[in-house]
Amino acid sequence: MSDTVTMEVLRYRPEEETEPTYESFEVPVQPEWMILDGLNHIKDQLDGSLSYRWACRMGVCGSCGMLVNGRPVLTCATYMESLLPGPIRVEPLRGFPVIRDLVGDITDFMGKLAAVKPYIVREEEKPVEEGEYLQTPEELAEYKQYSMCINCMLCYSACPIYRIEPDFIGPAAIALAQRYNLDSRDEGAQERMDVLSQHAGIWGCTLVGECSEVCPKDVDPAGAIQRYKVSATVDFFKSVLMPWRKE
Amino acid sequence: MNPDYRPYHPKWFRRRVPIFWWLRQAAYVKFISRELTCLLVAYVAILLLVFVAAVDRGEASYLALVGWLSQPMVVAFHVAVLLGTLFHTVTWLNLAPMALVVKVGGRRVPARAILLGHYFAWVACTIAVAWALVGP
Amino acid sequence: MDTRVHDVLLVGGGGAGLRAAIAVAETNPGLSVAVVSKVYPMRSHTVSAEGGAAAVVRDEDSLEAHAYDTISGGDWLCDQDAVEAFVREATREMVQLEHWGCPWSRQPDGRIATRPFGGMKIERTWYAADKTGFHMLHALFQTTLRYPPIKRYDEFFVTRLLVDDGRCQGVVALEVATGKVQALLAKAVILCSGGGGKVFPFTTNANIKTGDGMAMAYQSGAPLKDMEFVQYHPTGLPFTGILITEAARAEGGWLLNKDGYRYLQDYDLGTPSPTPVKRSMELGPRDRLSQAFVAESKAGRAIPTPYGDVVHLDVRHLGEAVIDKKIPFVRELCLKYQKLDPVKEMIPVRPVVHYMMGGVATDLDGATPVAGLFAAGEVACVSINGANRLGSNSLTELLVFGARAGRAAARFAGAQPDPSSALVAQAADEERRLHRDFLGRTDGTERVADIRSEMQQAMEAGAGIYRDEESIQVAATKVAALRQRFRRVALQDSSRTFNTELVSALELSNLLDLAEVILASAAARRESRGAHQRTDFPERDDEGFLAHTMARQGEDGRPRIEFDPVTITTWPPGERVYGR
Ligand SMILES: Cc1cc2nc3c(=O)[nH]c(=O)nc-3n(C[C@H](O)[C@H](O)[C@H](O)COP(=O)(O)OP(=O)(O)OC[C@H]3O[C@@H](n4cnc5c(N)ncnc54)[C@H](O)[C@@H]3O)c2cc1C
Ligand code: SF4
Ligand code: FES
Repeated sequence: MSDTVTMEVLRYRPEEETEPTYESFEVPVQPEWMILDGLNHIKDQLDGSLSYRWACRMGVCGSCGMLVNGRPVLTCATYMESLLPGPIRVEPLRGFPVIRDLVGDITDFMGKLAAVKPYIVREEEKPVEEGEYLQTPEELAEYKQYSMCINCMLCYSACPIYRIEPDFIGPAAIALAQRYNLDSRDEGAQERMDVLSQHAGIWGCTLVGECSEVCPKDVDPAGAIQRYKVSATVDFFKSVLMPWRKE
Repeated sequence: MNPDYRPYHPKWFRRRVPIFWWLRQAAYVKFISRELTCLLVAYVAILLLVFVAAVDRGEASYLALVGWLSQPMVVAFHVAVLLGTLFHTVTWLNLAPMALVVKVGGRRVPARAILLGHYFAWVACTIAVAWALVGP
Repeated sequence: MDTRVHDVLLVGGGGAGLRAAIAVAETNPGLSVAVVSKVYPMRSHTVSAEGGAAAVVRDEDSLEAHAYDTISGGDWLCDQDAVEAFVREATREMVQLEHWGCPWSRQPDGRIATRPFGGMKIERTWYAADKTGFHMLHALFQTTLRYPPIKRYDEFFVTRLLVDDGRCQGVVALEVATGKVQALLAKAVILCSGGGGKVFPFTTNANIKTGDGMAMAYQSGAPLKDMEFVQYHPTGLPFTGILITEAARAEGGWLLNKDGYRYLQDYDLGTPSPTPVKRSMELGPRDRLSQAFVAESKAGRAIPTPYGDVVHLDVRHLGEAVIDKKIPFVRELCLKYQKLDPVKEMIPVRPVVHYMMGGVATDLDGATPVAGLFAAGEVACVSINGANRLGSNSLTELLVFGARAGRAAARFAGAQPDPSSALVAQAADEERRLHRDFLGRTDGTERVADIRSEMQQAMEAGAGIYRDEESIQVAATKVAALRQRFRRVALQDSSRTFNTELVSALELSNLLDLAEVILASAAARRESRGAHQRTDFPERDDEGFLAHTMARQGEDGRPRIEFDPVTITTWPPGERVYGR
């Protein structure tokens, strides 16, 4: 095993340059080190001006997604060792405008997330004094998988459609809409359908399937979108064939 | 110095999407192939219609069509078409479990079972069509 | 200078901040509320909390029992009026969160499920598998999207509070993406900026937990209370410091020394039984478990590793099915970060800095002694945590006191005049300071990373699980020297755009303040209580120290320590009994 590895890191300093460049650093490799530890080594020991995001270092805050050797991953959960002998190329997530170095702008996603109404919608709210809504473990299991999304944006980065058609609402936001649709406490499916049945909603998806491949939390956003398509189609036919039926 | 930079305003870098973006990763190549081979499926459907029409118009036109179909170049082309449609069918069927959530007795039917069901249906249809065309 | 005006401003978008924001919006929908956070709210450290949140729901449980567990767990340093308010409102807040979509784990009939946690007589910890904080934070964040008056400033780093005429009326914030410095004015400010575990080298805390809010409040004249009480969680993974939740022990995990012996029985924590017994053995309080580890390690009965001694947490006997159902995240973390499968192997663990019991002193409504400044969450000290926080009380505290502070701030803001214009001049000063001390400086020689790691080592050595006069003084001298060196800090990054080195420098400055206060408070408390163990004063001393340490910044910039009385309502100080 080699003691060091070359990390080729994308640099972009908007005040100084119009195009990104790659900069190489020699970084020691330790068995416990993740890609993020390598970046921290660079920042603390070699070049304090390298910019990237991270927080929890335990794969749950969703800050540290980057492209490593072309693949979107959580850098705090990817061993350096697994990519030896290198070089290891680290770039910002594809699909987002680059603010600086390894930092992408995710404002677009934040807007889309809000648009799909990712919260419980009810005709009538039960007063808190009357206690919890009952929900059996089976009903919980119905949406649990889609509630595991950490908003890490790896799926957006893997999605070619999002790059070609920036209006596409995208995997995670749709999965989260589906999370609430499938929640037994929720009554907002119709409202969400209004947003998602538009062209840039679920129909933008042509099922590349890579989003589910890269998702670190097994959310399976591609599955969520396909299920949504099925229910949207069923809804459509119902409303055509039985126009007297409300909803 | 970046002449376009103004203090306190973001100067994002946006990567352009290259035309051949889909060549960069095996999964994307597969995806594009799946999408493109759907044209072949359409072609086969049309061919089937042409075939039926020819039969309908009488023996002469039927023989003419068979004659054209038997040319070596055309046979080679159709072998390629067959491979393409097979690829399309398989990749397409493999996606089915993603969209379909079937419940039996409160439990989700495993993806494998759904997949097998689809393949079974496919084989059954093929046999039915072959039987109709070739005759008993 | 770009200036924005709101009615109520929240510094922090973690559990406390988001709960408070909703409370403001519901109390008075006419107010404009803004959440300022140095990271996107869903990245806040609440996301990492695993085990659960405590509130009385079971028929056999009672508010008195919850209060008693909390107060005895806190070694009688909790303010009992605060604890009473806390346990009374806890359940309502948790049900409210259920109504907002939090996917709490359930019993077969659909009611909320609970699990036991360390130091509890009756089980009352609600959980969402073992990603409780994650689900709470996302449910809260997504729910705020329902409230149009809540505006967000994502990735804005607050550098100081604006106080004029004795009243806090806003903050100065750096927009990280562009480097622009802005004045954000408000009639009331609520600090919800979380803890500061990064004062220490080995911690479960995220990189962002740098005690900014505590330091800024301190610099603005608010006292920091009980800062010497730093909780070590007994079970962190070596090297990474990743937390293995107490739920692993609550579900039946054992702590074993190198001989495979459940050593806690030797430390007055009860006798071993195959299934978990509440308030006993592995379900004792965190301070006692961490202290037992140190003794085992000193006696040579721990297992040495390159990252320090460890003991083993064994959950193998629970079986794969239980592990996957109740503590799946433990398995995920072990597989990903320790390359082992807890179904088949024992997990190496050691104590790790986890939580700050102390913080900005507040009353029951989150109000600090500085008018217009409120605080809630880990940054605050109400105090319900006393000398040792009980596991799963913190997440509930975020909700109860976040909501209380939100309501109080909304009422306060409704009765205030507009912020004064003098503040803009203060903000402009701050902008000049940032430029002078950091971005524009060319004569510096010191590096942020070096000072930070030396400070962390000094704190671990001087104010770890056990401390004494000498260790504290050595650390204090070191921290003072580091403070001097920090004056000569040089940034390698002079860019305005997403300058994370600048952010780290500002955070380090706050950490140094915190380190100083922790050491001064630890020196002043000449007794042992809860998480504060002095080898030179090994006994609890209720005569002298049944009191809160209050640290205020003196004229010379150094902390001045005073003691304030503890509020005792119903439960007179007694012996802490576990496993008997
Ligand atoms: C690994 C782990 C597991 C835990 N498990 C449990 C558990 O099972 N049960 C339990 O009860 N407790 C648990 N805790 C404790 C609990 O999670 C925390 O105490 C709690 O989440 C703190 O929440 P908060 O809202 O006060 O702060 P945080 O969630 O830390 O949020 C702080 C916010 O302030 C912002 N901020 C900070 N400084 C600035 C600044 N200068 N400018 C702008 N914004 C700023 C941040 O961006 C962030 O949004 C755990 C803690 C850890 C570390
Ligand atoms: S769906 Fe998966 S990949 Fe996409 S943001 Fe959520 S966790 Fe990340
Ligand atoms: S740092 Fe939080 S997910 Fe990687």
